[in-house]
Amino acid sequence: MIFFARFPAIAYCLLIISNAQAIFKWTTHSAAYRTDDCQPWVLPVVKKVEKIIVEDQSLNHEYLPILGLPEFRCSASKIALGEESPAIKEKRVGGVQCLGGTGALKVGAEYLRRWYNGNNNTGTPVYVSTPTWENHNGVFVDAGFQDIRTYRYWEPEKRGLALGGFLADLENAPERSIIVLHACAHNPTGTDPTQQEWMQIADVMKRRSLFPFFDSAYQGFASGSLEKDAWAVRYFVSQGFEIFCAQSFSKNFGLYNERVGNLTVVANDGENLARVLSQMEKIVRTTWSNPPSQGARLVAVTLTTPELFEEWKGNVKTMADRVLLMRAQLKAKLQGLGTPGTWDHITQQIGMFSFTGLNPKQVEFLIKEKHVYLMASGRINMCGLTSKNIDYVAESIHEAVTKIQ
Amino acid sequence: MTTHSAFIDTPTLPLNPETKLLAAFKNDTHPDKVYLAGREYLGEDGQISVLPLTWKIKQQIGSDPTLGTEYPPGLGLPEFTRRVTDLALGKDSQAIVENRVLGVQTVGFMGAVRLGTELLRRWYNRSVAWSGPVYVALPCHDSLVDTLKAAGILDVRQYRYWNAEQRVVSMDKLTEDLEQAPEHSVVMLSASAHCPTGADLSQQDWSALAEVMASRKLLPFFLLPAQGLCLGDPDQDAWPLRHYASLGLEFLCAQSFSHSFSLYGERVGHLLLVLKQNSVLLAVQSQADSLVRSLWARPTVLGARVVATVLGNPAYLAEWRDAIRGLAERCLLIREQLLEKLRLLGTPGRWDHLTQQGGLYCCTGLNAEQVRFLARKRHLYLLPDGCVNVTAINRQNLEYVAESIYLALTSAL
Repeated sequence: MIFFARFPAIAYCLLIISNAQAIFKWTTHSAAYRTDDCQPWVLPVVKKVEKIIVEDQSLNHEYLPILGLPEFRCSASKIALGEESPAIKEKRVGGVQCLGGTGALKVGAEYLRRWYNGNNNTGTPVYVSTPTWENHNGVFVDAGFQDIRTYRYWEPEKRGLALGGFLADLENAPERSIIVLHACAHNPTGTDPTQQEWMQIADVMKRRSLFPFFDSAYQGFASGSLEKDAWAVRYFVSQGFEIFCAQSFSKNFGLYNERVGNLTVVANDGENLARVLSQMEKIVRTTWSNPPSQGARLVAVTLTTPELFEEWKGNVKTMADRVLLMRAQLKAKLQGLGTPGTWDHITQQIGMFSFTGLNPKQVEFLIKEKHVYLMASGRINMCGLTSKNIDYVAESIHEAVTKIQ
Repeated sequence: MTTHSAFIDTPTLPLNPETKLLAAFKNDTHPDKVYLAGREYLGEDGQISVLPLTWKIKQQIGSDPTLGTEYPPGLGLPEFTRRVTDLALGKDSQAIVENRVLGVQTVGFMGAVRLGTELLRRWYNRSVAWSGPVYVALPCHDSLVDTLKAAGILDVRQYRYWNAEQRVVSMDKLTEDLEQAPEHSVVMLSASAHCPTGADLSQQDWSALAEVMASRKLLPFFLLPAQGLCLGDPDQDAWPLRHYASLGLEFLCAQSFSHSFSLYGERVGHLLLVLKQNSVLLAVQSQADSLVRSLWARPTVLGARVVATVLGNPAYLAEWRDAIRGLAERCLLIREQLLEKLRLLGTPGRWDHLTQQGGLYCCTGLNAEQVRFLARKRHLYLLPDGCVNVTAINRQNLEYVAESIYLALTSAL
C-alpha cells in the first residue's frame, strides 16, 4: 500500500501580537466573526432559543426526515428568495437541509453529476471564480466532475471585478455549463458585482443556457440587510432561471458548530421539483442518512417567531455594522497616513474578507516584522480588526507599502 | 405537460421502501396498528425513550456559558473521539498504546460508513484503482449497499449470513463465501445485535473467522451501531473488535451513539481505524481530513459533547452503564414475553432464537406473503425479511402482536 501524506497548510488570518499576547492561529477554514474584543460571539437570540429548545418537553427526539426539518427547509428558502417570491407561491421551490454550506454544495454537486445535462454527465464543465473559496474545487471534484474551469473575477491592477474577463469567459463557456456564483461577500476578495453587473452576467448566462449554482454563506452578514444580500439570487429567479442556492447559517447565526445549511432548489415547475427532490433523498440517505436537528430547530424557531426574527436581524446587523465600521476606519486611517495607492476598495468590498492588494513581499514584511498576519494573497479577515489594533495595523500597512514595492 | 427544465432528464426515484411503509402506517386508521419497523428505541409508552442522563447533560450544556459555537475540528471533538475509541477498544488496548488508532467523528452511522468507504477507495490496495469487492451480510441494513455504491464501490457482494431455517447465523455458509472472496476484499461485519436479524456470531465463531480473514487477507469493516444494547455491557458488545485488535489485525469500525444515548437527531457517529503500523497514521489522517472537507466539512457538536461528557466523568459513566443495561434488559424481557405468548398459542416454527439473541432487532422468519398479511389484515408493519424492532412491542400490544404472528402462520392466506 502506498500512502502519501498531505498535511493541510495552516494559514493565518489577520491577527496580532501586542504586549506579548498569545497568538491565535486560525486555519483557513475557520472564517468566524469576532467581537471588538477579538472574542467569538454567541448571538443573544441564539442563547435565548437554545434555552427554549432544551426546556421544550414536547419535542420529539426521533431522526429527522431525510430531507430535513420541514419548517426549517421552508423558512430557509423564504429567507433566500423573499417571503413574496412568486416562485415560492407557484410551489416550484424546495429545500434540502444539509450539513452547512459545504453539505449543500455537496448534495447539489452529487445531484448534478448524476442527473444534469444528459444524466451522469461528469464531463459537464463546472466554472468557479478566480480566486474562489478553496473548498469549491474539492467538492465538485469529489462529486465526480472531471472538468473544473475558472472564470476571471479579480483584477489586481484595478483592485476590483474583472467584469470584461468574467463576461467573456461566460460567453465562451460551453452551453449548460455549471457556474458557481457567490451570492454576496465574495470569498476571498470581498468584491461583488454591482446590480448592473449582475444583470449583465445574468444576460449572458441566459443566452448560453448556463446553470447558476449560488453559494450564499453571508446573507445579512455582508450589508446588514437580508434583502440586499439576496438581491442577485432573487434577480436570477425573477429572470426565470432555475437555480441551486447553497445556504449556510454558520456566519449569520454564529452557529458554526451545528452545521446548519439548506440547498434551495428553484425549478420551472412543481413536477420537475418533485423529481429532483426524490433523487436528492437518495443522495442524502447515502451520505449522512438524515441531517442534524439542533441547528435547524434553532434557525426555524427564530425565523418563524416574529419577535425572535426581529431580534435576529438586529444581531446580524450588529455583526455587519462592526465589520463595515472597521472597513471605514481602516480606509480613513490609511488615507490619513497618506499611504500610497488607492484604498477605496476597502470600503467598496463587503463581508468578512478583503483583498488588500498588498503583494507577497509586503505581506511577508507584515508577518515577519510587524506580526500582522494575513494570507499571501493579501487577503485579510476584517473580523480580526478591532478598535484596539486598528491604528497599529494601519501604520504597519503604511510602512509595508512605503518600504517595500 | 412539464415545461422545459434543466432537470427534465431526472427520473422520479420511487419512494424508499421504509418511507413507503411508514406512510402506509400513518395512513392506517385502525386502532390496533403497530409499527414494528422503526429505527429508534421505544419505551413502554410507544414513544422514543430518552435517557434521563442525556436530558440532564443537554441542559447542563445548554446553560454552560463557557461553551461556544465555534467550528469544531474537521475530524471532530478530540475528547469525543478519544473516549469513544477507548469505549470500543478498551483503554488499555495495545493498538491505542502503540498509537495506531485513528478516530474520526462523523455525521451518524451512515456517515462513518460513507467516510470509511471513501477512504478505502482512495488508499486501500493502491496498486490498482480499487472499487471493491466489498462484502455485506445477507440480509443487511437497506441503505448500506446504496451507501457503498454512492462512495464509488462498483463491486458489492453478499455473503450468506442468516439461516432462515435454524434461525441462527449460517456460519458454514458464511465461511464458505468468504473463503472464496478475492484477496484484499473488504468485509462488513456486524459486531453485535445484527440489523435486521438480531443473529450474532459467538466468540468461537469470531475466532474461527479471524483465521479466514487473515489467510485470505480480507479487511474487516465492523458495524457497531448500538454498543451496550445487545448484551447490556458495552465491553461485551465490543468483544469482536477487541479480539481482532489483540490478534494484530487491521480493521475499520463504524460506530453510532444514537441508540445508546438517545441522540438520534444529533447524528453522533464515529469511524474507527485500527492500523497495523503507526507510521501511516498521519497520512491516513490527512486523507480523512481532505475527504471530510468535501462531505460535510465539520461534524456537529452537541451530541458529541453529550457523549464525551458522560464517558469522561466516572459518576456519569456508571449511571450510563446502568441505564444501558436497563435498555438491554427490557429488550430481553420483551423477547421472553413474546416467546411465551407464541408458545402458549401453539405457534408453529422455531422461536428459541428470540431469547438467544439480544438487542433491538429480531427476525420472525415470516415470509413476504405473511408479512403482507400482517400489514393488510392485522395492521402490523414489519421490516423487510420479516424482521422487527422488539422495542415497539409493549404490554399494551404484546397479545395482539403474538396473536397476529400466530394467525399469519396458521391462516390460509
